[in-house]
Amino acid sequence: MEPTTITLPEHTLEVVSDAGEGAQKCGQIFGTVCARMGNGIWTVEIIPAEIQPPPRTLGSASGNRIRVGTQPVTNWGDATNLVVAFNEQVLLARHRLDALAPDAVILIENMWASHPDETVRQAWETAMAELGTRSYRVIGVPMEEQCLSVTDEPRLGKNMFVLGMLIHLYSRDLDLARQLVVHQFRKKSQEVRDTNVALLELGHRWAGENLAFRLEVPASKPERAMVVMNGNQALALGAVAAGMELCAMYPITPATSVSHYLGAIFEKFGGVVHQAEDEIAACGVAIGASYAGKVAFTVTSGPGLALKTEFIGLAGMTEIPLVVMDVQRGGPSTGLPTKVEQSDLLAAVFGQPGDTPKIVLAPATIEECFHSPTTARRLAEAFRCPVIILSDANLATGQQPFPRPTLDVRWQAPPIDLGPAPEGVRPYEWDPASGLSHRFLPGQPGGMHTVTGLSHDEASKVAHTPDVHQRGSAMRSRKLAVFQQMLAPPSVYGPPSGDLLIVGWGSTKGAIEEAVDRARREGLAASSLHLRFLSPLEPGLSEIFGRFGKVITVEINYSDEPDDPFITEENRRRGQLCWLLRAQTLVDVDCWTRVPGEPLRPGRILQAIRASVGQRNGEKTR
Amino acid sequence: MTGSLLFTTMEEDREFDLEDYTGAVARWCPGCGDHAVLTAVQRLLESEQLAPEQTMFVSGIGCASRFPHYLHTYGFHGIHGRALPVATGIKLHRPDLRVFVVMGDGDCCSIGAAHWIHAIRYNVDMVALMLDNQVYGLTKNQTSPTSPKGYPSNTQPQGAYLPPLNPLSVTLGVTNASFVAQTADWVPAHLFATLQAAYRHRGFSFVRVLQRCPQYTVEIFQQAVRDPSKVELLVHPNGIVVPELDQLYQRKTPHDPSDLDTARRLADDEGAFRLGLFYRNPTLPRYEETRRPTTIAADQRVALLNAELDRYAL
Repeated sequence: MEPTTITLPEHTLEVVSDAGEGAQKCGQIFGTVCARMGNGIWTVEIIPAEIQPPPRTLGSASGNRIRVGTQPVTNWGDATNLVVAFNEQVLLARHRLDALAPDAVILIENMWASHPDETVRQAWETAMAELGTRSYRVIGVPMEEQCLSVTDEPRLGKNMFVLGMLIHLYSRDLDLARQLVVHQFRKKSQEVRDTNVALLELGHRWAGENLAFRLEVPASKPERAMVVMNGNQALALGAVAAGMELCAMYPITPATSVSHYLGAIFEKFGGVVHQAEDEIAACGVAIGASYAGKVAFTVTSGPGLALKTEFIGLAGMTEIPLVVMDVQRGGPSTGLPTKVEQSDLLAAVFGQPGDTPKIVLAPATIEECFHSPTTARRLAEAFRCPVIILSDANLATGQQPFPRPTLDVRWQAPPIDLGPAPEGVRPYEWDPASGLSHRFLPGQPGGMHTVTGLSHDEASKVAHTPDVHQRGSAMRSRKLAVFQQMLAPPSVYGPPSGDLLIVGWGSTKGAIEEAVDRARREGLAASSLHLRFLSPLEPGLSEIFGRFGKVITVEINYSDEPDDPFITEENRRRGQLCWLLRAQTLVDVDCWTRVPGEPLRPGRILQAIRASVGQRNGEKTR
Repeated sequence: MTGSLLFTTMEEDREFDLEDYTGAVARWCPGCGDHAVLTAVQRLLESEQLAPEQTMFVSGIGCASRFPHYLHTYGFHGIHGRALPVATGIKLHRPDLRVFVVMGDGDCCSIGAAHWIHAIRYNVDMVALMLDNQVYGLTKNQTSPTSPKGYPSNTQPQGAYLPPLNPLSVTLGVTNASFVAQTADWVPAHLFATLQAAYRHRGFSFVRVLQRCPQYTVEIFQQAVRDPSKVELLVHPNGIVVPELDQLYQRKTPHDPSDLDTARRLADDEGAFRLGLFYRNPTLPRYEETRRPTTIAADQRVALLNAELDRYAL
């Protein structure tokens, strides 16, 4: 039979299994095949909270979600169009999370329907009844039965069978998949490699013989050389590109994998990953190394950022360059360790007791993750202050192709210069025009002095007098003012004026811009603006905001709903960027924020845009 | 001591005297034991002829942590309890610097206790002085983890509820402890000899200095100060050797500082006022050597990173 091939501009699929069954690996390889063939992709890991949760439960779903497009894909999209599930429980979990499109195609392991254990059969029946309330198209796949013809351990081999099935279904290059499978198992025996390739081919063949349709998302080979990686890999490689020499850290999800990627390669570059005894020590070691003339950073997530607070204040007070990467997760407290949130913004900007002027920047894409350590290092050294990079769990585990970075050897230059200290120069002889002063390094003859976290004068002498503290505070703040004046106003995505301006920051850029594009196709006068610098804020915002009827921030953090009966204009707690923008611009900026523990879907943002513009149009006609 | 790895110091043709190490005038109370430690440290720097720019004092917060300000070397007066991580960061990448850490008992044994334990284990080559006056002085008389049981303070006016933590036992109990000594501010010759041995040891040298606080804990050490027979010296040719004290201090216990078990037993009895070297093991691994960063040329780093990017190429 000749299958019908349906050509689509984009499609979103996911592979879910119990933890340990390899759906993640299957999804990753499939994503890589698509990216290599020239498709745009955005992959998201589906991660259970435990390492080995009980199988066949709602909490055991583990896998990978891939959005494939002909054009570059900038975000994870909306609902899943096709799902491959290894059992009905993990499928049910995805269904209940509202992850699946109403007409999604489901390919499911059907051995559970006739399982010898009656409780399993009953669980299957119950789940299928619940799933039956939607118009999903369910196709049973005898994964176990098929895999048994190749391996005695079908549970470990299903993922490769499924990969083969998907390769056929999406009209992908089987040879390329074969190469990637061989590469995946390169450290295993030839027998293991052969078995996995055989499973791949079996799945491919089975799909050809049994599925009546094929899908195709046409690819276009990019003209530029591309790389594909996730945001934490990009931060790690970006740290090397930035000339970093020390990563001081303490394990914390979802930041730790930065140090995993770095730990595997850093010694080749002369670098050290120092796993400290705690978050505080990690920050202290980074400060000590930076003080001593090395290029150091610390990487953490929200709870760790809180612990580093006092040390970040010290770096601000002593004007020691410090780069802190914060891969944000859901909070407060332990919160949602593996899930995305953008709720560390105010803690990053204002977290220190006392005034600690610092630079806070947020990469919006995985490509920007790669370049942010270089930016952060240069700013930290130029302005001798803490620089915080705010990434998040969405960028950390999402994979996206981007143009291969061109490296610059100048980024590698060490700051260390142990020549004699300039004569007559005092350690904090602040230039009133910039707030900057000369950086001394221990070892420099003639430069001996003690840096201190106490209020100090230009000679770094402890001073408690009002004038000295006022002046020191002003000089540390002035650096930020001077830096802000060097920034260009942000550019508006879409028309420069209109009814609605969405303002975002960090990982939501792709979803926001997609929503804005869709809104404009519906005739709504919406544009968006994405901020890279959150402290200091980029210039020209009031003027830009003035060109729009309404300004709202879209963020993944908590804000009170305006229509909540308990909420008034006076007591409403707003999104974190919203709060900053209102304070800085005196514009009545509104917000639409959610904390779903997953990236924002462009479709949901679109709904918010419709509601917001509709509301405004309603006001206009009143 | 290790020579400079980054460049040759100019020490050979320079001669340093005490003046070269003198910083701001110390603002500790008259009669404070910290003055004696400062004097001994200055003597050490002079006798070892350390170049001031190659010498680094790192401290936390508290009376003792004002130490770096009173020296003319590089100094890092950081935050409470966190001197050791800063010093580790400095030494990890700059093994050419001679690093001294000065902490109080609150700094080291309370708020910074985690760093203390792990610094012992890292065994980074530095001298860690714990000036133990058994009270929080700068913040005006609060109970310290080393305050004797029953000591009345502003936070525990009924007297300290718990028996004191024994810093020597703790240190000797940690894996990789390589140098543990105790001395007292009122025995300058012993103090100096201990600092010298600590400085010359390659590894993390932990020195607890029993330190008088004339304001709050003057009673605690009074008897030992007035009556040398209350003090016991640990003596051994490989220990702290101070011949001029032989007459004054009659109570002596021979102790081989390579004997860890005996060291632990001797450390357990806090009331014995034992001064000397409890333990020394120069063969233990030093973290900054285990992890020694290498210098890779910038263009080579770029080439290596390009090769790394190949692995992610489409």
